[in-house]
Amino acid sequence: MLYEPPDYYAIDELLSDEERMVRDTARRFIEDEYQPLVTKAFRDGSFPMQIVPRLAELGFFGPTLPERYGCADLNSVAYGLINQELERGDSGIRSFASVQSGLVMYPIFTYGSEEHRTHWLPRMARGEAIGCFGLTEPDFGSNPSGMLTTARRADGGFILNGVKRWITNGNIADVAVVWARLEEDGQSAIHGFLVERDRQGYSAREMEGKFSLRASITSELFLDDCWIPEENRLPGTGSMKAPLSCLSQARYGIAWGAIGAASACYDCALSYARERIMFDKPIAAFQLVQRKLVTMVTEITKAQLLCLRLGRLKDAQHVRPEQISMAKMNNVSQALKIARLARDILGANGIIDEYPIIRHMLNLETVNTYEGTEDVHRLIIGKDITGFSAFGG
Amino acid sequence: MKILVTVKRVPDPETSIKVKPDGTGIVTDNIKWVVNPFDEIGVEEALRIKEKVAGSEVVLVSIGDKVAQEQLRTGLAMGADRAILVLADDLDPLGVARVLAKLVDDEKPDLIIMGKQAIDDDSNAVGQMLAELLGWPQGTFASQIELSDDQKSASVTREVDGGLETLSFPLPGVITADLRLNEPRYASLPGIMKARKKELKEIPVADLGVDVTPRVTITKMEPPPSREAGKIVASVEELVNLLHTEAKVI
Repeated sequence: MLYEPPDYYAIDELLSDEERMVRDTARRFIEDEYQPLVTKAFRDGSFPMQIVPRLAELGFFGPTLPERYGCADLNSVAYGLINQELERGDSGIRSFASVQSGLVMYPIFTYGSEEHRTHWLPRMARGEAIGCFGLTEPDFGSNPSGMLTTARRADGGFILNGVKRWITNGNIADVAVVWARLEEDGQSAIHGFLVERDRQGYSAREMEGKFSLRASITSELFLDDCWIPEENRLPGTGSMKAPLSCLSQARYGIAWGAIGAASACYDCALSYARERIMFDKPIAAFQLVQRKLVTMVTEITKAQLLCLRLGRLKDAQHVRPEQISMAKMNNVSQALKIARLARDILGANGIIDEYPIIRHMLNLETVNTYEGTEDVHRLIIGKDITGFSAFGG
Repeated sequence: MKILVTVKRVPDPETSIKVKPDGTGIVTDNIKWVVNPFDEIGVEEALRIKEKVAGSEVVLVSIGDKVAQEQLRTGLAMGADRAILVLADDLDPLGVARVLAKLVDDEKPDLIIMGKQAIDDDSNAVGQMLAELLGWPQGTFASQIELSDDQKSASVTREVDGGLETLSFPLPGVITADLRLNEPRYASLPGIMKARKKELKEIPVADLGVDVTPRVTITKMEPPPSREAGKIVASVEELVNLLHTEAKVI
């Protein structure tokens, strides 16, 4: 039978048939085709590239974009459910799909020209082109508007200079969406540029030494007097609003994804606790273990409800970025707590990759950090409800 | 080539089934419903033929409650072209075969593919009955299907005791799918969205003018006896002794 995740509040009933079918397709794919690969991929510190054609064939790239670009035109709830199922497999594969869909195809669709869309979107949907998103820099993470990467006009185009860091899929990407500051007419603004991998002055280097998100490629991008033609600028960009709207897409997907990682940990811990005998009875029969399991399932249920409501708001085009921040902040930090509790329930077995828990737990440290740390989201919501900005400066 | 494929809504094979206290049926609350796995194999086979034979059409048929739409949509999302849902209460195998025979009169398919049996009642009867009612040849328990180049005949490999048997017969015909015929694909996300726009026609069974009066009545259902707990023995001697005196198997 297809895996049944915790659904303590029968939230399944609130989904449409199509949403359930989309979720089941993602779930089957992860179980049949990805789970057998992930442990080794994590050990080896590599992304299993052989699954990219299958991800494309099943429609996981840019699934909310219109059919005319070869996409499935799904709603946001279905998109969220895909993220949930992918991250039940591993945060790495969810990150791969999130970046391709939310951080590259989305800005090309939203801020690109029709030429950009027709050129890139169908081939990205087919997995023939992989994208990456270059916003974060070595010294500018939570404060992206301080970025040092610059663009200046030259020879009918732009010359880009700067370094981007923590870029998922950077060194396998065929195209990078690079954000850079353009000073023009006494004004300084952030613009988005498409940089193809073979542009002179553009290079990418894989970052090593990660203990988290190992089944995912993370890179640095170097732009060294990299010239690109005028038409490579995304015409709809010109302020921080554009990259922040991309982050909202990614954060939305992450909020759902965290449910998947948390459920994988909970399920594993629950079945382990029922079978593991200590002092002549299953450890699930001890109060302290039950307390942990109940905390886990309660937080998962709350996270599911947050996401479903958030998705419905998004589909009604009613969602605010601060609401997305709440779900991202809560769901990931709770998922991390759940993973640690699950790790604890498994005792020594919790640190071995025979079980998925330690892998999820390590991944979630990244997920709790990227696309806005837990603290940054807290300040976003704090500013929203009090009217006072508690960010520095 | 037009292929008619049956799709029955059945409880997920892994669902734990509870029998109603009065023994008239099973408790259907909180059951996950799926496409009968053998029918899913039939849909896959029809889609593979469609991919090979240009201009083919795959038509799905289900008989049952309105909720069986969900299973038809699954088949449409896999790639079938359209679906027919005959609205009827539980029919016995002959009733189902008669309804299908009537639809065949209207649809005139070149081939009918069905699961060898539905995993809920395991009757394994409708394919055979339908072929008989239509006077068509049948190839049951197919583990391989090959069509001639002109699609006028089919060769069906069947897994029988001790080996494989291959039948050839002219089409139209009825083929029932066994487990090893293929591995069904998953519905892709674009497929799921396209399925929404495909035709799903509902026909009340009364409109077909077919006699579906049941000939089979279910008198009682009961769960299998629950297993007794196992026993751990201390020695081989004790085991042999118990097998002899208690289990009486040696």
